[in-house]
Amino acid sequence: MALNYDEVVAKYDPVLGLEVHVELNTESKMFCSCATTFGAEPNTQTCPVCLALPGALPVVNAKAIESTIKIGLALNCSIAPYSRFARKNYFYPDMPKNFQISQYDEPICFDGYVDVEIETEEGPKQFRIEVERVHMEEDTGKSLHVGGATGRIHGADYSLLDYNRAGIPLVEIVTKIVPGTGKYAPEVAKAYVAELRDILRGLGVSDVKMEQGSLRCDANVSLMLKDATELGTRSETKNVNSLRSVERAIRGEMLRHAEILETGGKVKQETRHFQEDTGLTRSGRSKEQAEDYRYFPDPDLVPVKPDAAWIETLRATLPERPSIRRKRLKEQWAVPDKEFEAMVNADVLDIVEQTVLLGADPTKARTWWLGEVSRIANDKGVSITEISITPADVAELINLVASGELTDKLARQVVEGVIAGEGSPSEVVAKRGIKVVNDDGALMAAIEKVCAAQADTAEKVRGGHLPAAGALIGAVMKETAGQADAAKVRELLLKYLGQ
Amino acid sequence: MSTLSRDEVAKLAGLARIEMTEAEMVDLSSQFGTILDAVARVQELDLIGVKATSHPQPLENIARPDVVQPSLTPDEALSGAPAQEEQRFRVPQILGEE
Amino acid sequence: MIYKNATEMAAALAAKEISSVELTQSHLNRIGAVDGDVKAFLHVDTEGALAQAAAVDADRAAGKALSPLAGVPLALKDVLAQKGVPTTAGSKILQGWKPPYDSTVVSKLKNAGVVILGKTNMDEFAMGSSTENSGYGPTFNPWDLTRTPGGSSGGSAAAVSAFEAPLAIGSDTGGSIRQPAALTGIVGVRPTYGAVSRYGLIAYSSSLDQAGPFGRTVLDTAMLHEIIAGYDPHDATSINASVPSVVAAAKNGDVKGMKIGVIKQLQGEGYQKGVQTRFTESLDLLASLGAEIVEVDCPSFEFALAAYYLIAPSECSSNLARFDAMRYGLRTGDEGGASAEAVMASTRDAGFGREVKRRIILGTYALSSGYYDAYYGSAQKIRTLIIQDYAKAFTQADVLVSPTAPTTAYKIGEKVDDPMAMYLGDVATIPVNLAGICGMSLPAGLAEEDNLPVGFQIMAPAMQDQRLYQAGAALEAALSSKWGGTLITKAPALAGGAR
Ligand SMILES: [Zn+2]
Repeated sequence: MALNYDEVVAKYDPVLGLEVHVELNTESKMFCSCATTFGAEPNTQTCPVCLALPGALPVVNAKAIESTIKIGLALNCSIAPYSRFARKNYFYPDMPKNFQISQYDEPICFDGYVDVEIETEEGPKQFRIEVERVHMEEDTGKSLHVGGATGRIHGADYSLLDYNRAGIPLVEIVTKIVPGTGKYAPEVAKAYVAELRDILRGLGVSDVKMEQGSLRCDANVSLMLKDATELGTRSETKNVNSLRSVERAIRGEMLRHAEILETGGKVKQETRHFQEDTGLTRSGRSKEQAEDYRYFPDPDLVPVKPDAAWIETLRATLPERPSIRRKRLKEQWAVPDKEFEAMVNADVLDIVEQTVLLGADPTKARTWWLGEVSRIANDKGVSITEISITPADVAELINLVASGELTDKLARQVVEGVIAGEGSPSEVVAKRGIKVVNDDGALMAAIEKVCAAQADTAEKVRGGHLPAAGALIGAVMKETAGQADAAKVRELLLKYLGQ
Repeated sequence: MSTLSRDEVAKLAGLARIEMTEAEMVDLSSQFGTILDAVARVQELDLIGVKATSHPQPLENIARPDVVQPSLTPDEALSGAPAQEEQRFRVPQILGEE
Repeated sequence: MIYKNATEMAAALAAKEISSVELTQSHLNRIGAVDGDVKAFLHVDTEGALAQAAAVDADRAAGKALSPLAGVPLALKDVLAQKGVPTTAGSKILQGWKPPYDSTVVSKLKNAGVVILGKTNMDEFAMGSSTENSGYGPTFNPWDLTRTPGGSSGGSAAAVSAFEAPLAIGSDTGGSIRQPAALTGIVGVRPTYGAVSRYGLIAYSSSLDQAGPFGRTVLDTAMLHEIIAGYDPHDATSINASVPSVVAAAKNGDVKGMKIGVIKQLQGEGYQKGVQTRFTESLDLLASLGAEIVEVDCPSFEFALAAYYLIAPSECSSNLARFDAMRYGLRTGDEGGASAEAVMASTRDAGFGREVKRRIILGTYALSSGYYDAYYGSAQKIRTLIIQDYAKAFTQADVLVSPTAPTTAYKIGEKVDDPMAMYLGDVATIPVNLAGICGMSLPAGLAEEDNLPVGFQIMAPAMQDQRLYQAGAALEAALSSKWGGTLITKAPALAGGAR
């Protein structure tokens, strides 16, 4: 009888280890000057170096070193005064040189940590994830498996290789073993990857798009009995490409390990592959012999010795930690939990902050971005950061409404105009001739007309029943095509009806 | 006298991805005794405290600016390919997994 | 004209006494007449060479400023990538491969208007000392066609020695320029490591490889040296400094007051009698020219050969991994649904020769887990000791000297089945490579016992290459006046040759 999750965590302690690969967003590749544009036509971003043509030599991208050091600093790492590149030797068709330039015993950053907070039954709880190392390496090419039933590597007749991705800078972030997370292991792992993603995005060093593979996670999981002192055998699950998958993969592996242990079996140390569709992992092809990567310092590349003063300059440019920033903004803007979560999920913190910094009211800024602008972005099927309206536009808009020059309804038309490329809000207002009807004469004409048409209601108001005025105001607004200021209409209407 | 057994040669040939006949492995194994004896001389000296040299010139921090330069055209890139299809290198089915 | 020196040819071209097309054609004719016996070339680029020569002639007619060697033909070792021209590194695994790019050395030659006649034979991937390890059959020594011209740049040396080209490019990883220069009675220089770009030089051992010039005189060699040397941002191990004034030094040969150190470890036992005699004679000559001869002690040189035969194979085991039948070159065993893995192994078996396989296996062993420290690690430490020995010796002497090779040219086939005997031939040249310094071999006369050329080696500290030329030119002048011409003018005539 297999244990359920609660029974598993009551009996066993999970131990995690996470390896995250991040593609840097440099313009050019790690060791050559080819472009790194995602989704380019196959083999259009290759050269003698990244195709490993005979005679070609690597030269390190300076920006990649800078980005890696920034990552190390943001993860509270020490920066090595001396580090080297090493060759990791193994044969694989998507790796042109049949060795990967990586770092071995001399990584550029080491000994850091990341604190993550998750919600538990006892309230929010913090976990510290210790980072063992952050090092530089290069990505492989992509293979397309042709033929066979599944389209997967097994059963394929042959493969087609595109080396555009080969040589794109990768940073590998490796944690130390993470014990003590108990039943929260899957959530902690997810929170860690999410926090990493936010930190990296804040640094501006990577696109961190898990769905495009610019952030990839390998999860090591093992179980040990509660009173045991020795670690259990771990499995390494690769290909975990969304936050939700991190959580599912770890939970799944915990259950799978427990089932093996409960039936007296032994967990095999192996690489497993996560499958998005089933949420399960499957075994990789086991190798006949342990790999021997024969690491040695790459003789084509010279040591990296970052200047201490330069490191401090980089440290000074680090942005505020995302988790700390979120706390600060939530308090400053007095946003309720639910709404703040919505802002984080919609990825609007940056733009709302920029809008607020331009003088807009935080609540109004949030409402505009999450409301009207998001709606239009959704309709157009683009992300909110891609849509052509800037924080400055939204701030101006809010200003126009506050000063009574626009009603909320008119402002929505202006947003459409801005997005349609008609210019800034004031330009749209001018071009479209949008203006609040403040002309008392025109308004009075409308009011008289409405009161005549709805004489009964007008009579009620005249008799002191003020709530009835709403219907009349609405009608007047309709009459003036929304161009009137509702407060002004109310004032004139009540006066007209002797109130 | 150092030796390298036929099985060790087979394992090394596997790591180096070179197919070898039985005769080749036996042949190599028999030659390696003398060669290993000769190179093992590096262990004769007391090397404690001696730094290893991997680069003959003491260069450091050599890097290039992050600037894109033209790549090869796909035709040039694929010009040496033993087989190609859809502007990609066509290779036999891949067994391993990474 | 083909029997003249490159400098004389350059002068005749400048004076328009001859066109580059004519000069190139005479060399092509010579190749046609004698290369059937010498087999120096793997590929003769008749069309390309004549086109290049015509372009130089046109530029000269147009009065454009030309480099000193513009229009002079040259033989290029097949280890350097030349766009569109077959480049094999002497290996079957690259048969038919035409690089889509130029190596930096080739770019520099082209920019200088040097006419590239074709690609010369070599030991496969530069692994060997006799050119017998070529995948395309051996090259024969023009002094005695039953003997080897040395190696691995045997084709380039033989081409210059047989008057098929006045100049040639070789590469020197453990003596592969100096030793064949010695065995064919010409001048060869291995520049300081990092002085000539390795970009496009098909790597054997990255930390030891260096391309360099061959010529029939010290001055010719210097002229070519200045053209190919210089900083290259495509090679991270390239030295960013101005090229030493080697041409000026070659024009001002002088050893008066120069301290010349004789390395105790590189003479005596194991050196052929005639080699030792010519070496001592040259020393006496240098002393008579005003040099001070001192003896220096380099005790760790005893271990240089062992260190070399660990470092070079280790690096080559990784460098040659890229030859895997996936992207270029030979592909065998691709039938009956064979896997990529099997095709790689089959191709590497079919495409690599015996010596290459031997060194790959040795290097794989030296880097493998459990053996790294004992072999590769120790070898790198020996390297440090050799650098220290040189540093000390250069405080006692301006240049160091030794015989270039322990013997004169040996018979084809004599040492093929005894790799250790072959390796021993590199004993005097290897220390230079391990220390990354520069060295020259120039003719010291013929050994009495076999009437074959003997080489005299001069070594100088890193980036002091001009010292080689200053001392070499002085010795060359003294020897030539004694002989009544350079040694090469005493070479026997070849059948089919006009001479
Ligand atoms: Zn590239």
